[in-house]
Amino acid sequence: MSNTFKLKKGFDIKLIGTPEHKYVENFKSSTFAVKPPNYIGIKPIPKLTVAIGDEVIAGDQIFFDKSNPDMAFCSPVSGEVVEIRRGAKRAITEVVILADDEIKFKNFGAEHPDRISEESIVAKMLQSGCWPLIRQRPFNIIADPTIKPRDIFISCFDTNPLAPDLEFTLRDDIEYFQTGIDVLDKLTEGNVYLGLNGKLQRSIFSGVKKAKLNSFTGPHPAGNVGVQIHHINPINKGDIVWTVHPYDVVAIGRLFQKGIYDTSRMFTIGGPPVDYPANFKSYLGTGINYALENNLKTDNVRVIGGSPLSGEQLASGEHLGAFDYQISVLEEGDFSELFGWILPSYSRPSISPTLPAVELTSKVPFVKKVEAFNANTNTHGEKRAFVMSGQYEKVLPMDILPVQLLKAILSNDFDLMEGLGIYELVEEDLALCEFVCTSKFDVQDTLREGLNIVREQG
Amino acid sequence: MRKANFLREQVDKLKPYVENNKLLHTVFDGFDTFLFAPSETTESRTHIKDGIDLKRTMVYVVLAMVLCALHGVFNVGHQHYNSLGLYPNLTDGILWKALYGILQFIPAFVVVHLVGLGIEFIFAARKGHPIEEGFLVSGFLIPLIMPPDLPLWMLAVSVAFAVIIAKEAFGGTGMNILNIALTARVFVFFAHPTFMSGDECWVSQDYNLLHTLAGVKAHTLGMLGLDSVPFEGGWKSLIVDGFTGATPLGLAAKGGWESVMQHYTVKDMILGFIPGSVGEMNKIVIIIGALFLALSKIASWRIMVGMILGTIVMGLLINLIGGQYQDNLFLQVPWYYHLIMGSFLFSMAFMATDPVTGAQTDAGKWIYGFLIGFCGIIIRVLNPAYPEGWMLAILLLNVFAPLIDHVIVNRNIKRRLARVRQS
Repeated sequence: MSNTFKLKKGFDIKLIGTPEHKYVENFKSSTFAVKPPNYIGIKPIPKLTVAIGDEVIAGDQIFFDKSNPDMAFCSPVSGEVVEIRRGAKRAITEVVILADDEIKFKNFGAEHPDRISEESIVAKMLQSGCWPLIRQRPFNIIADPTIKPRDIFISCFDTNPLAPDLEFTLRDDIEYFQTGIDVLDKLTEGNVYLGLNGKLQRSIFSGVKKAKLNSFTGPHPAGNVGVQIHHINPINKGDIVWTVHPYDVVAIGRLFQKGIYDTSRMFTIGGPPVDYPANFKSYLGTGINYALENNLKTDNVRVIGGSPLSGEQLASGEHLGAFDYQISVLEEGDFSELFGWILPSYSRPSISPTLPAVELTSKVPFVKKVEAFNANTNTHGEKRAFVMSGQYEKVLPMDILPVQLLKAILSNDFDLMEGLGIYELVEEDLALCEFVCTSKFDVQDTLREGLNIVREQG
Repeated sequence: MRKANFLREQVDKLKPYVENNKLLHTVFDGFDTFLFAPSETTESRTHIKDGIDLKRTMVYVVLAMVLCALHGVFNVGHQHYNSLGLYPNLTDGILWKALYGILQFIPAFVVVHLVGLGIEFIFAARKGHPIEEGFLVSGFLIPLIMPPDLPLWMLAVSVAFAVIIAKEAFGGTGMNILNIALTARVFVFFAHPTFMSGDECWVSQDYNLLHTLAGVKAHTLGMLGLDSVPFEGGWKSLIVDGFTGATPLGLAAKGGWESVMQHYTVKDMILGFIPGSVGEMNKIVIIIGALFLALSKIASWRIMVGMILGTIVMGLLINLIGGQYQDNLFLQVPWYYHLIMGSFLFSMAFMATDPVTGAQTDAGKWIYGFLIGFCGIIIRVLNPAYPEGWMLAILLLNVFAPLIDHVIVNRNIKRRLARVRQS
């Protein structure tokens, strides 16, 4: 019934400033945003249904995409629409909402998923804003409501550095999680698979019904849903599978149990320059300023929405994306180092034994032990052509040849891209490969280009 | 560390002067990145990067070779004085042997780097990209694999050939198909074969200007009781009778293992104070270097182990059939001695493990290493023209490495397709 997968390849990056289980009550964001660029596949300028100054409540539609007018993208909070931020070519980057003190929710009607038809379930999710939380592979686009997926996969633990511990943050919401699973089970002919943290004796997810449970042990990226899919039931050409984050499963559960679009969840703020790394409660698309105020040791920092390995850099006043569950803060590494490439230098995370690291210093006597790193954003070297081989394979626990795949993308070889398994991958799966690359190659951006090319080919 | 220190400020002051000229800008850039690790921050999806980079990797490879170079330099002097009948014991005249060796080695080292780096600078300036570190390793390797007395002009031409044709023509660091150091050596091998084969070239016998200036020449003449070098035959005519200068491989090719045992013991061959290429002789320091590279994960242990396995397998096969062919006594050299003779260990540690020219898939590396060992022994034992086989075997497998990878890639694709058929 339940399998345990022991993954060996990968690398855990231990950073100073992990939030662990510290909780802060009073982080309250005044603004929230819905960000169209988070949703791959929709047009850069979606059709807005609100204007600046409009009052909305949580669950009210903000915009929709022309190709699918039934799918609503809704506001996570109640308040006033204050700004519509645009980027290059007038693409909408953020729709900013100034939140009320008390959030009011639109009532979609509480119904148990077992008592209603599948069409009603889909319709309810489409109009309430819950549908875009489900993503589809290949390509990581929004799930297509007209197609039944082969399976649905949920990873119940996050191995990214500074990520929230879902066992802690979801311990009060398991009931909603179960309802969400009930909903998802009805949407697929296959199974709903949960990937549990194999290091734990007991998990809050162990008792979930209507789902197949599997355990995974190993370093990051064992918690990545893509890696788990590969080991449980890999994606072949022509397969469609869906992935949902546990926070979004809970949101779906709340929709059916309480009838509201309630995306409240626990985020983390962490990183070496953060004074008080902690967990805090807020809604999807939360602003970041209040969590950073008076909480930083230095000014020269980079704030990242999401994991330091695959997140997006945020400026002051911006908001977390729909699929970001953490605020990571790092010191900027914009300084030169005399003979930095030959001297042992300051400690930094590396898979190479040539630099002092946790594993190495714990084995060698008389050497100061390195437990966690103050990693900064320095590239530690210039971009070069591919020289070293075998590095990416050390941190990718999948039967995929990543360098050959990237070269196929660079040479636009579609058959080779498909043959080597581009359908199974999404940027976060190769994030560690980009981290370890000696030649500092842009792995994730290249992969996204390849995915876009293959998706456009149809 | 974070303060803009004095040196950094001085270097920054030079920047405006080099903006206009491409060559100057490239040189300045190379100089700047030699002194300082760059201050660039990440602009891609991954905001933290591993601390390792190509410069650090190359430096570790060079570090692994330093002991080989030190031994080689001393050995050049030791062999030279032995051939003249002076300082026969290892510890006699250490200072003179070391001095001789260093003064022999330095011109070669300087010429290789001047020519190689000069060509790289010019190409980098023309193409507008920064100088890449690939030549750090090749430049250190080339003097170590050549015979000690190779004329400097030949060295320069071979390095120019290797860098221009085998490296820059393909696109620079990371793009070459053939191993650069071996291409340089093979160029000299085919263009000037008498300087690379036979018995005479493996013991250094020439005195250059540096030797004269340092007084080494005067000292040697004094020890021999002569005022000057006899005109006809030069230093060669001073070689004592009975000194052949033959390497173990040369002896094995002619007379089999018995011939080798007449001149050298196994301990001699392992400790490496015997004639041969400059850096390849001391097996102990090479093994130390190989372990250093394998443990620091800079070089692929798969290629090294594969090469040992291939050598053993072919060595065994050859021993099995050797008895039937009495005209080639090399066939009967026991298979385990092949591992310590000649440049097997050096090629395994530093040449075969070149990441750019070798197989790039993990499974492919086993096949690649095994075939190098396999073909290397064939060339060594069955080729009458040349008693060593690694240079040619590695270059041959460099050409085949993409094919090996192609096979591995196709196997991966077929595994994926088989899953589709199953479901």
